[in-house]
Amino acid sequence: MTTNDLFLIMPQLILVIAGMALMLLEPFTSAGRKGRLARIAVLAPLLAAYMLNFQWSDERRTILQGMLIVDNFSVFFQWLFLIITGVTAFLSVKFNDRESIQRGEYYALLLFACSGMSLMAASNDLILTFLGIEILSISTYVLAGFKRTDVRSNESSLKYFLLGSFATAILLYGIAFIYGGTVSTNYGVIRELAVLQGTVQTTTLIGLGLLLVGFGFKVALVPFHSWVPDVYEGAPTPVTAFMAVGPKAAGFAALLRILVQVFPTMAQDWSMILWILAILTMTLGNVVAVLQTNIKRMLAYSAIAHAGYILVGIIPNSDAGFSAVLFYLVIYTVMNLVAFSVVLSLSRKGDLHVNLDDYAGLGSKAPFAAAALSLALISLAGIPLTGGFMGKFYLFSAAIQEGFIGLVVIAVLNSVVSVFYYFRVMVYMYIREPGAGAAEPEPIGWPVQAIVGIGVIIILFLGIHPDKILALAGYSSLALK
Amino acid sequence: MDIPNILSLVTYLPAAAALVLLFIPYRFERAIKSLAFLGSVVTFILSLHLTYHFDPANGRMQFEESAPWIRTAAFHINHHLGIDGISLFLVILTTFLTPLAILCSWKAVTRRVKPFMICLLALETGMVGVFCALDLVLFYVFWEVMLIPMYFLIGIWGGERRIYAAVKFILYTMAGSLLMLVAILYLFYANGGTSFNLLEIGQRLSSGDLQLSGREGFWLFLAFLIAFAIKVPMFPFHTWLPDAHVEAPTAGSVILAGVLLKMGTYGLLRFCLPLFPAAAIAAAPYICILAIIGIVYGALVSMVQPDLKKLVAYSSVSHMGLVVLGIFAFTTQGLQGSTIQMLNHGLSTGALFLLVGMIYERRHTRMISDFGGLAHVNPVFASVFLVVTLSSIGLPGLNGFVGEVLILAGSFVRSKVYGSIAALSMVLGAVYMLWMYQRVFLGKLTNPENASLTDIGLREKLLLLPILVMMVWIGVYSAPFLRRMEASLQLVQQRIEDARGPAPSYHVKTNDPAVPGEHNR
Repeated sequence: MTTNDLFLIMPQLILVIAGMALMLLEPFTSAGRKGRLARIAVLAPLLAAYMLNFQWSDERRTILQGMLIVDNFSVFFQWLFLIITGVTAFLSVKFNDRESIQRGEYYALLLFACSGMSLMAASNDLILTFLGIEILSISTYVLAGFKRTDVRSNESSLKYFLLGSFATAILLYGIAFIYGGTVSTNYGVIRELAVLQGTVQTTTLIGLGLLLVGFGFKVALVPFHSWVPDVYEGAPTPVTAFMAVGPKAAGFAALLRILVQVFPTMAQDWSMILWILAILTMTLGNVVAVLQTNIKRMLAYSAIAHAGYILVGIIPNSDAGFSAVLFYLVIYTVMNLVAFSVVLSLSRKGDLHVNLDDYAGLGSKAPFAAAALSLALISLAGIPLTGGFMGKFYLFSAAIQEGFIGLVVIAVLNSVVSVFYYFRVMVYMYIREPGAGAAEPEPIGWPVQAIVGIGVIIILFLGIHPDKILALAGYSSLALK
Repeated sequence: MDIPNILSLVTYLPAAAALVLLFIPYRFERAIKSLAFLGSVVTFILSLHLTYHFDPANGRMQFEESAPWIRTAAFHINHHLGIDGISLFLVILTTFLTPLAILCSWKAVTRRVKPFMICLLALETGMVGVFCALDLVLFYVFWEVMLIPMYFLIGIWGGERRIYAAVKFILYTMAGSLLMLVAILYLFYANGGTSFNLLEIGQRLSSGDLQLSGREGFWLFLAFLIAFAIKVPMFPFHTWLPDAHVEAPTAGSVILAGVLLKMGTYGLLRFCLPLFPAAAIAAAPYICILAIIGIVYGALVSMVQPDLKKLVAYSSVSHMGLVVLGIFAFTTQGLQGSTIQMLNHGLSTGALFLLVGMIYERRHTRMISDFGGLAHVNPVFASVFLVVTLSSIGLPGLNGFVGEVLILAGSFVRSKVYGSIAALSMVLGAVYMLWMYQRVFLGKLTNPENASLTDIGLREKLLLLPILVMMVWIGVYSAPFLRRMEASLQLVQQRIEDARGPAPSYHVKTNDPAVPGEHNR
């Protein structure tokens, strides 16, 4: 290992070291002061992001015997993961105090999960991709069940673990098939072999199919989505927020790299499969979301639907599409984090008040929270002057550019359906009168307020002036080719 | 005097006023109302500047301004505004009706005054923006953004079934406009992925630099048409309208009927006809049939409505059908008649909703059967109502007549059958309006509860006076209006006529010996 290698994996090292430090510090921290451990989980991503900033470069650097790749694509995604992790830690402090689950391990697991996601985005070897997924998954299994005394949290964790294990097993099976067909797990080697041979071994094709199933689980594509609603509902709300954005973005990062960098010769095959998955995912996600009365479940189905929209950017297999995917993941992250932040601030002790009825009359009782949630939902629905519109605009335009008109028509009709359930929350907040027994919302803590405030500004900013982030997304996605 | 960026000013002044309102505490209700009114009046005065400096001889865009908005490698989206003879009066209509809508809510809206005023002002910015935008994406942004304040206006301050009405309104309009977005993107890439500039695309289409196949043209036309047909609303897409109108507060109904519906017909004139003339010609017979069905159906349904507001709402379906008929007649009179009829409908239906709102404020009912003989207790109100009713049914000397005659003349040239049916339907219009008037105002005072009704006050008189003046003005001397529209509408008609003629098709090109590839095969 050279110093250069060390420099390039420094962000991950910082995360892991901070995580281990947290585990060590946990027993020595008195019960009332455990919340302070969260500071480490906020500072470590900040420090890692600082180190990461020196890594932007048009050059593609492979390090650690070709296991890891450091390019603009991986730097872009690592930035996103670090922000997600820091924000989640920040949101969790007051929440964990309220739910009496304040422990150092929580933050350590968040940091480990983040390093797993970073590995997924930067991996240049199927084995390392698998390791990244496992590091991420095991951390999130535990996080989902962090409210040990809560049955729903346990259910969430167990379901996630069982179904997730199946998914990773299938993924591993796929890797084995690909190894069988190509005698390598290295991205570069597999790609060259495919290009050289011109044809693809059947075993490789089967392997790719199994990989798609595995990733389908991770990013929640229909028909591999069934774990999502229960897991999202039962997990502590900050963890739900994390799961909705972090692992999903990481899954798409790894998927993009594999599809575009390893199997460019099979673009026609995977594009067709993804076309079908995209339509299923969007349609089922949106239609079932209409039926939900629990807002966490509704956001879970909305997250499924959005995975479908993101596929619309991958299917055309074009630079414009990939950069649209990167841009969309940024805005998707922001709007979901805002929505979940408001939800967790209103859920009150026990994390129970997450039904639509609990939101009745919120517009006058908590105007700031209601306005922020409305904006996040308007953005999720893709109405102009919000980042969500710009994101969809670029996704759809990339698909139309390559002639996928039918796909886009289905996507926009889905958007119409989504307007119904997003706007219904606003109906409750602004139009319905609160029921008789409705409790007053508790004041939301300043960390949540700060996150929501910044998120609102970003949503509007990206809706009005998206040039800079779009350019960054375009620049980062170029590294894929 | 020349004001730079006058269109931006007119467009964004209401939004700026709304932004200021955001920072005024809730309890200063009077200040909030006054400021909102002031903002909209200043906007109106500024917009009058446009009419004075508008050059009637020039049919092209005027007061044009363009600034880069979104700049990326793939996209150049401009903040590009401009108006011509078609949009000029629609902008004025918007800025004219908004202060009236604010004034009519002075007492009617008691709950959440601040957000109400913010919604109205935001709505005004959206509507003016729609009429001014010359960049397709910018147009789409205004078109969609405007839905949100309207949704809240209906949803929060509406009547009993307001939630249903608001959701129906937004789902209908979103469905249409998102398909339009697909069409916009398709057009962008068909044009080489260079610009969303409406004028440039129109120019390239008419000069033949950009050629769409018949199938492409048809589908693009259809995508735009559906978005606009839902807004108008044309016959099978009209069901959101009665619900939205009946549930909306008075100000919402006035804006909805007065301006929002015009966005549909404006879109037909601005996009469907000039961009896809061949498809428009091919589809015209079918659209005319739908328009005729809308005219007759709207009139018949109005006749049996027990609710005043619902009656006026269905009459809109009928009147807007007439406007669509005039547009798709493709004659100068038809186009002129439709454009001025948009104004007329905005004035007369806006006024009708204001008047119905005034009755409702006093009696808290809109059922025709609850009234009768109101002329005895409210003579001023009754006479104003009569003038507006007569304007709505197109009595000569009032504004409605000018538009109707032109449309009927225009469509008669195109098809005698359509013209005749449309003319007959005018009788139906007179039937339901006059019958309604008779049942509400004439006869004996049947309901004792109405005996104590107060006549309209000073604020309400001031509110109605400008509308009455405009009605008489357009009715007696419509030349200043028609003159400013003419040149722009002639360009639209020219485009249609060009497409009708033997346009150079690609069949000619393939036989051209200058194309070597064809002979080698």
